[in-house]
Amino acid sequence: MNAPAFTRRRFTGGLGTLVIAFSLDPNLAFAQERLPGSLQNNRKLDGWVRINPDGTATIFTGKVELGQGILTALAQIAAEELDLPLARLKMISGDTRQTPNEGQTAGSQSIENSGTALRMACAEARAVLIEAAAQRLGVAADQLRVADGVVSASDGRKIGYGELRPDLAREATAKTAPKPPASHKIVGKSIARFDIPAKVTGGLAFVQDMRPAGMLHGRVIRPPRYGSKLDSADEAAAKAMPGVVAVVRDGSFLGVIAEREEQAIKAREALRKSAKWTLGPELPDPARIFEVIKALPSKDATIGVKQATAPADARTFEAVYTKPYMSHGSIGPSCAVAEFRDGSMTVWTHSQGVFPLRAELVKVLKMPAAAIRCVHVEGSGCYGHNGADDVAADAALLARAVPNRPVRLQWMRDDEFGWEPYGPAMVMHAKAALGGDGRIADWQYEVWSNSHSTRPESTSGTNVLAGWYLAEPQKMGPPTSPPQPAGGGDRNAIPLYDFPNQRVVHHFVQDMPIRVSALRTLGAYANVFALESFMDELAAAAGADPIAFRLAHLKDPRARAVIEAVAKKAGWKDGEKGDGTRGRGIGFAKYKNLACYVAVVAEIAVDRATGVVSVPQTWAAVDSGLIINPDGLTSQIEGGIVQSVSWTLKEEVRFDKEGILARDWASYPILTMPEAPKVEVELINRPNERPLGSGEGSQGPA
Amino acid sequence: MAINLNVNGVPRSVTAEPDTPLLYVLRNDFELNGAKYGCGLAQCGACTVLIDGRAVRSCVTPISALEKSEITTIEGLGTIDKPHALQQAFIEEQAAQCGYCTNGMIMSAKELLDRNPKPSEPDVRAALAGNLCRCGTHNRIIRAVLRAAQANGRT
Repeated sequence: MNAPAFTRRRFTGGLGTLVIAFSLDPNLAFAQERLPGSLQNNRKLDGWVRINPDGTATIFTGKVELGQGILTALAQIAAEELDLPLARLKMISGDTRQTPNEGQTAGSQSIENSGTALRMACAEARAVLIEAAAQRLGVAADQLRVADGVVSASDGRKIGYGELRPDLAREATAKTAPKPPASHKIVGKSIARFDIPAKVTGGLAFVQDMRPAGMLHGRVIRPPRYGSKLDSADEAAAKAMPGVVAVVRDGSFLGVIAEREEQAIKAREALRKSAKWTLGPELPDPARIFEVIKALPSKDATIGVKQATAPADARTFEAVYTKPYMSHGSIGPSCAVAEFRDGSMTVWTHSQGVFPLRAELVKVLKMPAAAIRCVHVEGSGCYGHNGADDVAADAALLARAVPNRPVRLQWMRDDEFGWEPYGPAMVMHAKAALGGDGRIADWQYEVWSNSHSTRPESTSGTNVLAGWYLAEPQKMGPPTSPPQPAGGGDRNAIPLYDFPNQRVVHHFVQDMPIRVSALRTLGAYANVFALESFMDELAAAAGADPIAFRLAHLKDPRARAVIEAVAKKAGWKDGEKGDGTRGRGIGFAKYKNLACYVAVVAEIAVDRATGVVSVPQTWAAVDSGLIINPDGLTSQIEGGIVQSVSWTLKEEVRFDKEGILARDWASYPILTMPEAPKVEVELINRPNERPLGSGEGSQGPA
Repeated sequence: MAINLNVNGVPRSVTAEPDTPLLYVLRNDFELNGAKYGCGLAQCGACTVLIDGRAVRSCVTPISALEKSEITTIEGLGTIDKPHALQQAFIEEQAAQCGYCTNGMIMSAKELLDRNPKPSEPDVRAALAGNLCRCGTHNRIIRAVLRAAQANGRT
């Protein structure tokens, strides 16, 4: 296997030997030519790629590995354009001192943004290398050939990249055309992921596995519910416990540091028992949560309007769909290692965005950004904004109390379930008119949702948990919603179907009775669920086959192609019907109405005796444009389908007025191995179309 | 107090309270990364190790109970250069996304294959019912275990 030497920097303090001098200032991008992907805000070539004297290349990306295989895919893109073997690339990702700032690794945008930047930057770097070789060899550039990092002239003279010392400290122009897809040798191949061998043999793979010299163990003690104030805790008794090094209290933020992990856990338990709290406001009545959400103040936006007159013979239908709060449910609770040394804070974190996290740490620690370094190290899969950023702030607050001793803090199971921001509860109200011709004549759709983005780097206040409980508490930042066409709560609320009359209203509910933020797909999962379920209702009312009904309302050829492909793969028979205990259905979406096209057929079984619903088998067809890594894409689609089945059949964050009831896997069950559906995936490669984000494409349709 | 343990065939000693869960000793004292903290409640299986051949949740197993036991962790199965059939099969099937549950999947599967070298797919699903995966890698994990069983059958 080609395993690039990941400079995952030995897990010790004071890391990094590369001297970095490129510009990370996005303001410089003003009034300049627009560059593709993330090159736009990170315009220096050597911010992305450097050629080392030993002939290897170091590739820098602001996107991070979350278990989606992105670093392997990005390395494929870079290796392809550079004409270097994968084994001669070093990937450096997500480090505020070394890499471009690409914000969050989220929204299925890494291939589109970072991949595009790397494709253009590496193509340009290769051109610079060839030009340098042309001068050295005294041969015209177009007379040179390149293979495996060696430039050759027709007379047999050769020169390696390492000897060329190209000057890449220059502005990217994005004028060098990347390779045509037909000549791809590495892109489009199912390259085995670099990170898996360590993960199956107990190698250093996760931030949880770090143990720098002198490391201490931290734990935090959270209140019984949101907004509570800590009156007292028996800190002296905890300090006297074996191994306890410090109890850290700042207002209502309470943590403990000990020599050994089990000692920190015992001290946490003692502090939790002795703590006296003035409780925060009660939570809403869970039985009325959807009414509560609809009644809260909202900012309303009407989108996707089309106008036509409905025929007189139209029949009207309506349906209401709801989605409960859902947890990210990471198998490993969030973790970070922090070290405060010589006035500087270093935090090793599995945050999705090291730069935004640093912006929050500036506010919480009241330290300048230059004195804070955030370095990405993998954690358990996050599927969105889980406790990763919060635990990083917690760890930093603890580490500040014990200078020169790194502190590793892993949240306990109940910290993660009780305090992470959930995927919001949502209400979807659909109405439609069906004409006598069996076509939808009118479509009216309203969605109510809290924010799907309360991520770090808020414009005011702070968006890390600890900040809200300090002696000088900070406020939560204002809730935000990504604008259309990607959207937040309204993501995929506008149908891709061709309805003559259409109106979609997004009620962006501002107040947040329960902490929420981004969960994989944001609003798309619920909107596609509602839209596609309602399409089935209407197809049934029209007496039409659900696939034929969809195709009759869909012009986009790529959308039609995935639906037709999945119907074929599943052996769908026109007009097929279930037998009352088993049946099949179809779901389709173009993720965000901007990214990959996915259609899924699922077989559903109902046990009439117990009422238990299961999904034994699914089939999917996917069009993601140019495919970088077919097996990696298949894996993302498979995973999305299984996760979505789990969400739909089993998941709901339960709460009562006293607080959150989801505390462990018994109170928040997810799909188990015997319950997981089989998945068959068909990929439609479109080499001449740009690659489309796909990490979140299958949840909605599934 | 000092407690003696046998881990992957090697005698080890640790000074810790007798009620300390094995998981923390493996990870922090013996620097074995494989077993993971997932819940501390024996609900998710990420911390699974073999104790005298049985798949056990190390997060709730006190070290004092183990002085006479053979403890096997994933590091005891094979290495990156010489992987065990299960580890090799997980690589070949690319049966990990984030990989946090992988240790537990492989260790539970090890117990299964030791007891039943030719499991059916439902056998594999049943044996891994107590191991949670969140990335949705279930089908690849099942395929990897079946592939390892086949590979074992050939040797």
